[in-house]
Amino acid sequence: MEFLSYLISGISLGSIYAIIALGYTMVYGIAKMLNFAHGDVIMVGGYISFCVVTYLGLPGWLSVVVAMLVCTALGILIEGLAYKPLRQAPSLAVLITAIGVSYFLQNSALLIWGASPKVYTPIVSGQIEMFGGSLKISWVTVVTVVICFIIAVGLTSFISKSRMGKAMRACSEDKGAAQLMGINVNRTISTTFAIGSALAAVAGVLLCSFSPSLMPTTGSMPGIKAFTAAVFGGIGSIPGAFLGGILLGIIESLAKAYISTQLSNAILFAVLIIVLLVRPAGLLGKYVPEKV
Amino acid sequence: MNKIKHLSVTRKIDYATYAGVILAFAAVTILQRLDMVSRSMEGMLIPICCYVVMAVSLNLTVGILGELSLGHAGFMSVGAFSGVIAAMSLRDMLPSEPLRLAVSMVVGALFAVVASFVVGIPVLRLRGDYLAIVTLAFGEIIKEIMNCLIVGFDSKGLHIALNISGTVTIDSLGLDETGYAIIKGAQGATGTDKIATFTAGFILVMITLVVVLNLVRSRAGRAILAIRDNRIAAESVGINITKYKMMAFVTSAALAGAAGTLYGLNYSNMAAAKFDFNTSILVLVFVVLGGLGRIWGSVIAAVVLYVLPEALREFADYRMLVYAIVLILVMLATNTPAVRSMVGKMIPRRSKGGA
Amino acid sequence: MAKRFSPETKMVPFPSNAIVPERDMDSRPILEARNLGIDFGGLTAVEDFNVVVGRTEICGLIGPNGAGKTTVFNLLTKVYQPTRGTILLDGRDTYGMNTSQVSSAGIARTFQNIRLFDNLTVEDNVKLGLHNEIKYGMLGGILRMPGYWKQEKIAHQRALELLSIFDMQDMADQKAGSLPYGAQRRLEIVRALGTNPSLLLLDEPAAGMNPSETAELMENIIKIRDMFQIAIMLIEHDMNLVMGICEGIAVLNFGRIIAKGTPAEVQSNPAVIEAYLGKKKEG
Repeated sequence: MEFLSYLISGISLGSIYAIIALGYTMVYGIAKMLNFAHGDVIMVGGYISFCVVTYLGLPGWLSVVVAMLVCTALGILIEGLAYKPLRQAPSLAVLITAIGVSYFLQNSALLIWGASPKVYTPIVSGQIEMFGGSLKISWVTVVTVVICFIIAVGLTSFISKSRMGKAMRACSEDKGAAQLMGINVNRTISTTFAIGSALAAVAGVLLCSFSPSLMPTTGSMPGIKAFTAAVFGGIGSIPGAFLGGILLGIIESLAKAYISTQLSNAILFAVLIIVLLVRPAGLLGKYVPEKV
Repeated sequence: MNKIKHLSVTRKIDYATYAGVILAFAAVTILQRLDMVSRSMEGMLIPICCYVVMAVSLNLTVGILGELSLGHAGFMSVGAFSGVIAAMSLRDMLPSEPLRLAVSMVVGALFAVVASFVVGIPVLRLRGDYLAIVTLAFGEIIKEIMNCLIVGFDSKGLHIALNISGTVTIDSLGLDETGYAIIKGAQGATGTDKIATFTAGFILVMITLVVVLNLVRSRAGRAILAIRDNRIAAESVGINITKYKMMAFVTSAALAGAAGTLYGLNYSNMAAAKFDFNTSILVLVFVVLGGLGRIWGSVIAAVVLYVLPEALREFADYRMLVYAIVLILVMLATNTPAVRSMVGKMIPRRSKGGA
Repeated sequence: MAKRFSPETKMVPFPSNAIVPERDMDSRPILEARNLGIDFGGLTAVEDFNVVVGRTEICGLIGPNGAGKTTVFNLLTKVYQPTRGTILLDGRDTYGMNTSQVSSAGIARTFQNIRLFDNLTVEDNVKLGLHNEIKYGMLGGILRMPGYWKQEKIAHQRALELLSIFDMQDMADQKAGSLPYGAQRRLEIVRALGTNPSLLLLDEPAAGMNPSETAELMENIIKIRDMFQIAIMLIEHDMNLVMGICEGIAVLNFGRIIAKGTPAEVQSNPAVIEAYLGKKKEG
């Protein structure tokens, strides 16, 4: 029973990683950049939701919508101002810019909301008791897993069926050819960032509901872990990000419970390294050999 | 004729780099004698040397080998803690502080070499962003392991424990009455003898420059540059890719380890959390802004960007924000074709002299 | 330059192979590929590839686009590991070797889409070809020990000597990436010669050259063979070049050798004509 509750908690945490990883993997797939600012968008999403609930007294679900809107705008803004001018630049220049954006978001949050942690009230409360009370599952957990599942299914069909989704796939394969086919590459990339950031906002709200303490640095570690999850599953692959996120959450939860709290991240990263050694392109990624 | 002229350009840049560092050291030493260096500046001298070494050594991996490493602080961490342990254990055996510092730095470098072999064997098989993410992962693993480290020293020698369960403390080591703690888990190194000196920092910087510059201009360095330029062609002329990648990676780690020791012995308290992902990124920013493969650029970028946040102190809370904005603007300015051509018109074009 | 010449084994003529020139018949062939094949995910790219190359032979590998010619070079140099078959280099099986070991064993190559070290100088590119001939270690380089100065001096002279084959010694200090196209192709050959090969593979050496440049290249290929006494195998679409200098030709189509022989034999082979021009309609 104990094991089951750790497993469920792991799936729940994993679902949050999966949502972030989905956004990450989409952005990476199309922009081919390590967007280190992605984790900080999660943090902004959390703060916006916190403010809407605390200062405006609006209900939790509405705060999610507001957070998504703000983060979407933020994502488009960041892409347009910081990344778009660097489309032709070497990838390291884009990476450093992303780090600059990450510093910027963290320090802006520090100025606006201060360094002391804010206590976040979960958007849904209460828990279900099962097996005569020996297994308790909070509603947050249920909501998180359900939302994650809906997002994964929705994104998969969006990418494979819709016009925009096809444009995204085309751009991630070959931007030049996509442009020649009449696809507006800039708009496609903007849309990708918008979707990624909206997902980050959702993840931010769920993350804060999961561990209700909000700081300017709240997003950076989950951001890195979610990126790890995306790589783990095979970067660029939507099912891969989903699978990677869930697995990572489970590994983290079980490692904390049964091996060591101190070394849980070390164990998680060690698993990532082992997986990459066996499958250099991740679990579901496709290894493309260099053409000679 | 052209030949002599060209060779002298790279040579000139190398010699100018050495000369610049020596002059800077001389100037600071003279100013110190005249009591014209502020206290806060004085406190930054040794860290600056450490970060210069970090930047130059990371440039060997990122700029010259061309592999993005996001875990360089991990090697600094290994060097710092092994160096501190060495320095504290040799307290009685080596009373001479400069000698103890030198020995500790060698120990720090050696442990970093061991760590880089362990990291390098799996990591260097991967490519591009995968390699980057795995170095990041290793950096975090090293940080967490160092966070669990508990080390004490007594008459019986060195006692080491790993606080995996979260319940082990320095008392669990059972030190006798002559014993003292060296590293206390998450608290890090405590009560360390501050034996690092600016002169040692200067010497380390010079050694680093000699190692990296001479390596790059030798047979091995050529092979490393060739791997960066075209891996398949490098293989086709019989270059052992793994060997030379490893050589660059390990050399880079050894220097970072020595820098870590110097850093660790400059503070009486130092936590493992200091050497996290953000420190790796900080050094990477020095390297990129200084110019990939451009060694003198790394030296200048490390000094300027380390001092800059201090100089922005009057902006108080805004300084990191300003730093972030400056970073973004510099990247946009140096990489946007429009700005580049504008700058190009203002400054008469000069042939690039290489690293 | 020491040649790896071991005359103790006489050449065993391979069935179906008659293209090795007579002067090489008394010595062991430099290259023997037996039943070489590779599959890419179930798709067979090269199948039943059999050739024998004499020690000083110039031979050609021709065929329509996509026939698998470059794949053969990638197999011989172990850029791809063969799925089937054996490669004997000077009688020695190269099974299990990687690209750099094959290079040390004596196969050098150039690339269809030029692969130079663009940011390095022309001289450094050639010195990289000489990499395994230069003998001093990492420490020798860092500490600038006497070996460094001596070996670098020898390498410098040797590099200029090799560049002089194509009269390129004046370009030694230019960045390889800034050279004109033809010079880049020639530099690739010089770099390959630096590795002291016994078999040189040239992948479309005349691509993008005008007729007078091609004529010069033909002379130079023969000159290189005579100077270094090595075998040269080349892929080329320029039939004047192929028919002009190759002593033996193998024609590849859909991954299989469809014809082998002297230029005259190949030219009159109906299967070859069909592969290049398509099947003639009856009537």
